[in-house]
Amino acid sequence: MTDVLAQLPPDPLLERRRLVQSIATKTQRRRAVRSSLFIGLLSACLAMAIVPLFFVIYALIVRGGHVLTWVFITKVPVQPTLFEQDQIGGIGNAILGSLVVDLVAALIAVPLGVILGLYLSETETRWANGLRRAAEIMTGLPSILLGIFAYIYIVTTMQSFSGFAASIALAMLMTPVITKAAETALRSVPRTLTEAGLALGARQSKVSLRVVLPVATPGIITGVLLALARAIGETAPLLFVIGASINYEWNPFHQMAALPMMTFTYSSAAYDSQHAAAWGIGLMLVIIVLVLNASARLIAAFMRRERH
Amino acid sequence: MSQEPTTTQTGSGIEAVALLPEPAMRLRDVSVAFSGRMAVRNVTFDVAANKVTSMIGPSGSGKTTLLRSLNRLHDLTKGAVVKGEIQLGDIDVYGNELPTTLLRSRIGMVFQRPNPFPTMSIYDNVVSGLRFNGIKKKSILDEAAESALISAALWDSVKDRMKAHASTLSGGEQQRLCIARALAVEPEVLLMDEPTSSLDPVSTQRIEELMVELKNRVTIIIVTHNMQQAARVSDDCAFLLMAEDRAGELIEFAPTTKIFNNPSDSRTLDYIQGRFG
Repeated sequence: MTDVLAQLPPDPLLERRRLVQSIATKTQRRRAVRSSLFIGLLSACLAMAIVPLFFVIYALIVRGGHVLTWVFITKVPVQPTLFEQDQIGGIGNAILGSLVVDLVAALIAVPLGVILGLYLSETETRWANGLRRAAEIMTGLPSILLGIFAYIYIVTTMQSFSGFAASIALAMLMTPVITKAAETALRSVPRTLTEAGLALGARQSKVSLRVVLPVATPGIITGVLLALARAIGETAPLLFVIGASINYEWNPFHQMAALPMMTFTYSSAAYDSQHAAAWGIGLMLVIIVLVLNASARLIAAFMRRERH
Repeated sequence: MSQEPTTTQTGSGIEAVALLPEPAMRLRDVSVAFSGRMAVRNVTFDVAANKVTSMIGPSGSGKTTLLRSLNRLHDLTKGAVVKGEIQLGDIDVYGNELPTTLLRSRIGMVFQRPNPFPTMSIYDNVVSGLRFNGIKKKSILDEAAESALISAALWDSVKDRMKAHASTLSGGEQQRLCIARALAVEPEVLLMDEPTSSLDPVSTQRIEELMVELKNRVTIIIVTHNMQQAARVSDDCAFLLMAEDRAGELIEFAPTTKIFNNPSDSRTLDYIQGRFG
């Protein structure tokens, strides 16, 4: 056999290996250049998305940074007067108001959103599809409509403005976002885990709650915090329903203050000190949103690490 | 290519063609760690050209981790660190003399589960590696596709439906398609990560036969859970075991016949005889 092979012309496989390697080597530089061009393009897109964000934050820090003091954060507002134009007090009432309103909204939206997400991830009925479509439309709804809804159905029924009405409006804003996030997170849980649970004789509901839901939790938490971050900066849903308060107000069934509302009021007020305060609150909101985003990432990363 | 092809004489009298000098790959003190946690520690052995080298050992012994360090797949994992020396012929795998893309075109890989590209036809799958490497000429692609499919024992069943989607093939055929896809780039080394673990016995047998036939075309390194498979197909065998700190260590490297008949280490004997793992 050796003799036969020795007499054959050069091995075609070896020939082709050399050809392939020489073409691959020759085109390598060109392909590398093309690849870095593409990466350059991506970086440019990234810059286009990020640069405006930096300008916004820069403007907020320059114009509102000096306002953010401990007193400003903890005290209640004081109305500036012609003779005391610089007195502004603080935004403690609005921070508390935003906290209470958003917490109540989350208490409503999180269970609702997670349950709907679970339903959508487990079923493929006509109902489920309709619901999914409805949730998608809801996320695109102008948020002021939610405010009008809350005004008509809650404020007029309860005969008063209230933080609770604002919570309902914000909950309606958050629920579809959480639903979508929960559905996506739950769907990404491998089907084999569900089957393993069912094969042990567990009910579908047990498997969903004990096996699938825990696996999807990091994703759901991320979705919840992002929804919260979005809700906390919303002004329109609060506009007609929350009323106003210049004191620390814990009761969600009373009128309350809220950070975005206060920015809105101050930015169209008379005194320079109020304009500066509006920038300060804007900066405060951005900080809160960044903190929520960062914690969403941290929690998800931490929970994923726990498992490995 | 600066290297002259060397022709090696193997025991069976079959003349094998290798572009690489002996050994095909050389591992010296190779360690792999993920985020500071050691997964494989200080592995040293040579992979003989145009032979099948198997890596066996219980789960967690680091076989797959070691295999994936050979074509720098750990580059994609954040926190993964590969230490020691790995050489392909006289090229330092982790040196920068050869771009990673070119390196990977010379070290092919077949994965645990068949993973043909789902949106591509059978033909497009087979030639995808060549296209990725800048080869566009139809005649080269056609010839390589045919040759690779013949080598993967798939030509006869797919030659009339090259335009069909890869998903129309059975699991065993898909895996052979993946082997053909890897072979079409004409790599010198083919890494196989438990290539038959998701296949039925008939498909497994075909792929095992393939490995033996492919020897004169590529150097094969295979990770397997199946000891009989290692005994059947490989010439050399590396036995790995998890140490107390959960890092995989090389216990013994020897010709397969020695590992299975007369191992030097008692732990190898225990494993071969099924006393643990």
